Amino acid sequence: MPPDVQSFDPAKRSMLLTALYIAQEQYGYLTPDAVQRVAGRLGLPLTDVYSMASFYSLYRTKPVGRYVLQVCEGLSCHLAGGADSLLDYLRQQLDIEAGQTTQDGLFTLETVQCLASCGTSPAIRVNDSLYENMTTEKVDELLETLRGYHV
Amino acid sequence: MFEPVLTRNFGLPRSETIDVYIANGGYQALPKVLRECSPQQVTETVIASGLRGRGGAGFPAGRKWSFMPKEPEVQKYVCVNTDEGEPGTFKDRELVEKDPHQIIEGVIIASYAVGATRAFVYIRGEFFLGVKRWIKAIDDAYAKGFLGKNILGSEFSLDLSVHRGAGAYICGEETALIESLEGKRGEPRKKPPYPANVGLWGKPTLVHNVETLANIPHIINRGAQWYAGIGTPKSTGPKIFCISGQVRNRGVFELPLGVSLREIIEEHAGGMAFDKKLKAVIPGGASTPMLTAEQLDTPMAFETLEAAGTMLGTGAIIAMNEGTCMVDVARRLMRFFAHESCGRCVPCRVGTQRMLDILERVEGGKGRAGDISRLEELANGIRGRTFCPMGDAAVSPVLSGLKLFRDEYDYHVKHKRCAATVSPTATAATQP
Repeated sequence: MPPDVQSFDPAKRSMLLTALYIAQEQYGYLTPDAVQRVAGRLGLPLTDVYSMASFYSLYRTKPVGRYVLQVCEGLSCHLAGGADSLLDYLRQQLDIEAGQTTQDGLFTLETVQCLASCGTSPAIRVNDSLYENMTTEKVDELLETLRGYHV
Repeated sequence: MFEPVLTRNFGLPRSETIDVYIANGGYQALPKVLRECSPQQVTETVIASGLRGRGGAGFPAGRKWSFMPKEPEVQKYVCVNTDEGEPGTFKDRELVEKDPHQIIEGVIIASYAVGATRAFVYIRGEFFLGVKRWIKAIDDAYAKGFLGKNILGSEFSLDLSVHRGAGAYICGEETALIESLEGKRGEPRKKPPYPANVGLWGKPTLVHNVETLANIPHIINRGAQWYAGIGTPKSTGPKIFCISGQVRNRGVFELPLGVSLREIIEEHAGGMAFDKKLKAVIPGGASTPMLTAEQLDTPMAFETLEAAGTMLGTGAIIAMNEGTCMVDVARRLMRFFAHESCGRCVPCRVGTQRMLDILERVEGGKGRAGDISRLEELANGIRGRTFCPMGDAAVSPVLSGLKLFRDEYDYHVKHKRCAATVSPTATAATQP
């Protein structure tokens, strides 16, 4: 058995998910440099770390806006009405399509599948906060508040 | 009138705190177990209670405990599955956000019973408030001496910590969860060996859903007989049902297993919204086959739903009214499954994508002759031929949709549009 395998500490590899979160927080997204640093610190092959970054959907390997607006298009949000109309409304208001970022770098618009807000749908997640029972009026307020932080 | 067990503290102010939990009878089962019961006795009590897993599979909890090796020198682990992701399900999130200490008490008792000294909470990455609630609750439990070395002066020690997932539905499957905890891609492992023999870092591991664990303190406090008296003989105890879709009152309702689907929808959820008729119900989360309005008297229990050709799953009910397009429903659910396929095996990775292509085309008015039989062929080709149960889960909405509403699929292909007179979106526009 090669020495590096013998001395391998399994608990160290368990830190990988957390390490990627920290790197993403520091770099904004998982840049090649960030992935390299995580691999170096944990003594893991670069390919293993990149493979993790690409497997889990909360890790980003491309730059995103300051606020990532994720509109749930899951079945329960759709049945409650508004999942599609909220998305359309946000597309109009931000003048971008899902998957794109506004020119000022403030907002990225995305669709997601289920946020476990089925009883309080439709739902939108913005970074680490959840907004439930959403309406277009509430979207207006939300955008105004978020823009207000960056005047 | 059924008296809530798991959700009894939900309405109290600051229900998530250790003080409120203790003031309402919390952490009383733990000293009883540590002082009066052997691990074997605890396991026997849980077996006698008839408790079955609440994460979807419904495996008897006590039997799962009894599979763990008895040798004291073998390191064992307990994993708390908070990776709730099945569309329609939001009960675990509520439990963690509103009463995390009853889960912690359940984890400590389960760990004592199986001889584990280390436990891990694996929580869905999106549950930011849940992560915060878990961390605070664990800190407070340590401060009171319920966690750590020599718990309440006993010989038993247990450490518990939180690991945050990063967005992968498949990590709710127990072996994928273990892979993810080990810092790997969440790809399910081959079974057997089961985690009870070879689990986290190759050691015996017990993985339980949070709702399963939340039942444990109550079983200890009030006895296995009391617990087994709730529900049906084969599905005992209370269950947190989540109801969403087009009903008047959406939300979680704690009721005894065996309650009829009709009672949940008509009484607890207040009936269908907008005076529309019920068309179909998903009884246990996105991966469970649908039932129709004619099957509303089916009791919500493991065995009765199985007899009706579906599953209790997570107890997540999605009610759809007469204006709902069933092809659209299948398309939306398939978007989810195609996105969440871990990619390890071909039938699931490629098959779900091919099925989604067809569903998008048919729903988009571009369906071609042969599309529906092709869809069915793909679904049958995936079913039973994937590495983990996700393949079966992914095709279930389509297969049950084709069984119950095939004419709608055919209509879409023939007329390039939906037969449902009102689209669900149009219906929803009238919602307050």
